[in-house]
Amino acid sequence: MNWHAHNPGRRAFIARSAASGLVVAFGDAFAAAPGAHAPVAPADINGWIRVAPDGAVTLLSNTSEIGQGTGTALAQILANELDLDWLRVRMEMAPVTPAFINAQFGEYATYGSGGVAGQFAPLRRAAAQARAVLISAAARQWKVPAVSCDTDVGTVVHVSSGRRLPYAALAQAAAQLPLPKEVALMPRERWRHIGRDAARFDIPDKVDGSAVYGIDVKRPGLLTATLLQSPSFGGRLAHVDPAPAMRVRGVRHVVELDDAVAVVADSYWSAKKGLAALKPTWDNAQASKHSSADYAVALAAGVKEGGAVFARRDSTAEKEWAAFAQAMRSAQKSMEQVYTVPFLSHATMEPMNATARVGSDAAELWIPTQTQELTRDVVAKELGLPAGAVTIHTTLAGGGFGRRAELDFPLQAVRIAKRTGATVKLIWSREEDMRHDFYRPAAAVKLTAGIGADGLPVALRFDSACESLLLYSAGGAFKASAKPADPTAVGEIPRHYQIPSLLSVVNTIDIGVPVAYWRSVAQSQNCFAYECFVDELAHAAKSDPLQFRRRLLAPDGRERRGLDEAITRSGWNDAAPAGHFRGLALVHANGSVVVHVVELSVVDEHKVKLHRITTVVDCGVAVNPRNIRAQMEGGIVYGLSAAFYGEITIKDGAVEQSNFHDYRLIRLADTPRIDVSILESGEKPGGVGEEAVGPVAPAVVNALFAATGHRIRQLPLSKAGYTLA
Amino acid sequence: MVGTILATYREAKLQYTLNVNGAQRHVDVDGDTPLLWVIRDALGLTGTKFGCGMAVCGACTVHLDGQATRSCVLPVSAVGNGHIATIESLSPDRSHPLQQAWIAEQVPQCGYCQSGMLMAAAALLSSKPRPSDADIDNAMTNLCRCGTYNRVRRAIKRAAGMTTEERT
Repeated sequence: MNWHAHNPGRRAFIARSAASGLVVAFGDAFAAAPGAHAPVAPADINGWIRVAPDGAVTLLSNTSEIGQGTGTALAQILANELDLDWLRVRMEMAPVTPAFINAQFGEYATYGSGGVAGQFAPLRRAAAQARAVLISAAARQWKVPAVSCDTDVGTVVHVSSGRRLPYAALAQAAAQLPLPKEVALMPRERWRHIGRDAARFDIPDKVDGSAVYGIDVKRPGLLTATLLQSPSFGGRLAHVDPAPAMRVRGVRHVVELDDAVAVVADSYWSAKKGLAALKPTWDNAQASKHSSADYAVALAAGVKEGGAVFARRDSTAEKEWAAFAQAMRSAQKSMEQVYTVPFLSHATMEPMNATARVGSDAAELWIPTQTQELTRDVVAKELGLPAGAVTIHTTLAGGGFGRRAELDFPLQAVRIAKRTGATVKLIWSREEDMRHDFYRPAAAVKLTAGIGADGLPVALRFDSACESLLLYSAGGAFKASAKPADPTAVGEIPRHYQIPSLLSVVNTIDIGVPVAYWRSVAQSQNCFAYECFVDELAHAAKSDPLQFRRRLLAPDGRERRGLDEAITRSGWNDAAPAGHFRGLALVHANGSVVVHVVELSVVDEHKVKLHRITTVVDCGVAVNPRNIRAQMEGGIVYGLSAAFYGEITIKDGAVEQSNFHDYRLIRLADTPRIDVSILESGEKPGGVGEEAVGPVAPAVVNALFAATGHRIRQLPLSKAGYTLA
Repeated sequence: MVGTILATYREAKLQYTLNVNGAQRHVDVDGDTPLLWVIRDALGLTGTKFGCGMAVCGACTVHLDGQATRSCVLPVSAVGNGHIATIESLSPDRSHPLQQAWIAEQVPQCGYCQSGMLMAAAALLSSKPRPSDADIDNAMTNLCRCGTYNRVRRAIKRAAGMTTEERT
């Protein structure tokens, strides 16, 4: 699901920001890449498309490259409609201007699996307009009707005479023509780029070390900073004697921030040594005092005591209560279970970093970010500058997963740069990255079902207890939207199972631990709870878990079609090899349906061997199938790390983990065979970056139940003693 | 808020001569500086990445005398005359069989761990030109948050010249 659609606060904020005025800034994430130089005197046909005199076409992407490969897919959409020669296509990061706002989000940003899903239609239209004016330009030159012309791979053709002109020869004239309002889109039978396994533009630079991430930025006179933030959330820097750091060779400055101390030096190692020499004291008067054990008790109580109803837009809390009560009256019996998940770190491989230069009337940032426009606006506000005086250069990012949609690290870099007067690259240590994330909320989800005579649920109630994402994300700019029920933290309960009444009750329990958007967001807990619970209902009804789900799904729906494909692909109806057991889970999120079937065995009681994961994805039109498979594989590995090992614990308001030795990720040897099938549905494209994550844990848990009879309702699995063999 | 304070330099100067990618390089750094930060900050070779600083993730993997070495915990004073090779030296033109295989299999996603992955894989193939799955499991302990592991395995096998069937 798209969390943004439920987030009027964020949209309203963006609208206000946009109204305050915008000035062109230029992103250069790809400009440094070999073969990606901007062409000389290109004709800018309609912003997204520039045709150079030599025939090279530069397509612009407004989606940060955080590993998901969206830029290439956007280029495929444009190239498809424009009928381009793919070998002449280049890609660049678009400047942060209104022309390049993601139409779905209303801002220049990357999240919600919306790079392709939200832009498929507008980009097709933009490219179709460009193709139309190229045809018009040729028709004028030939003095023939435009309808008598067509295109053929980068060339306009006059069909009857066979005359041809390359786009490069027409681009300057085309750029002067008004873009037509009504344009015909390329018919499906003429698609040459959408649906093709395109090699990603960003990959070659990633095999020889030449790709430039935020941490690699080089600038004249650059200094490097690193910092230590208050260990307890909400703590303030009380005092620090800078002298010990200043005695370290290469250290230039010690900078005090409200809740942190930073050391600025000639190199990272000097800064780190300087920081290690400091003995800051912290004012913890306002700091969180909470610990994970207490919070678990509070969450368990929270799902029992009720809360605010998260009503659908076409409904009210009263109506939903009444409908639920009505449906429950037809139940023969009921079932109730509580599922719990811990705080999780994003743990991007590239730690948080940002490079900033602050002058008296302008500022410039080089930053791996998922939120260019908001970063620009908050930096401008911080410095008292107009938004147009702040330039954001988007670099490649070593992972994002939602973490780089936050504003803490750019603001720190700006403050340090302003204080020192230098161009400063702030690099967080891994320890700071682990201890000062915006975590996936720890949550308890209680499901209560009224069950009919046929064993199928007639009513289902979700009680969710967790923190509010909106209190913390984006500096709390949208926290007004967190009342009465915070939709981002708990998500909209999926409606694909045909259950007469669904009720969602939210209890926000804040303990001062920052939380925000983590790859798949609410699905990371909801899909776990829901798909495990449905499995439990199936077993209670003595029904095959897959067949039970089929009975709950619309006969002609995409979910049932996905399940049926999963039966074939996984061999669900065939006996598994001796000692192997299967479990499955299903999600419908962000316009895509994903089914995982996990096949595993358990040895020595608690050692889990994953043999194979079979994945079926229906993401509508599959723009770049090979990359969609990669995203499914990646989402599965991300989900497996979380399912087996992921847990951030809090003690006295501080995170106890610090690095990859105590925040464990799965490795190559742990990774099972993954078979991904893409089920084309002709629907508009849905998301693929996040959707594979949610169903991983429940599919594993359901398979473990099949193998052991042990029903696990708490993640990670290592808490129940299960680790990967 | 106390303002910032300018540092005064100490006089100490320490010189190390390193053999990096086949060239002698002189660096003026403290002896406890990890090789990673010498490579990145003093030599400006940014292909080698910082991930954890405790030799757990492998993003900083380089070759020291042909062995895959995690450079984030190796003090420069311990390097001596060893031959250091970084990702930038794997080939001048992405022609190394592993680089070709990495592109063919479309391995990288965010790509941040891939320099380390490639250097670990290159050391593996030097010692075992046709590695078994167990060899790959044991050699490739680098962390990848994007989940490229299965493609890494396939790409190593492709670079080793294994057939399509052998790669699955």
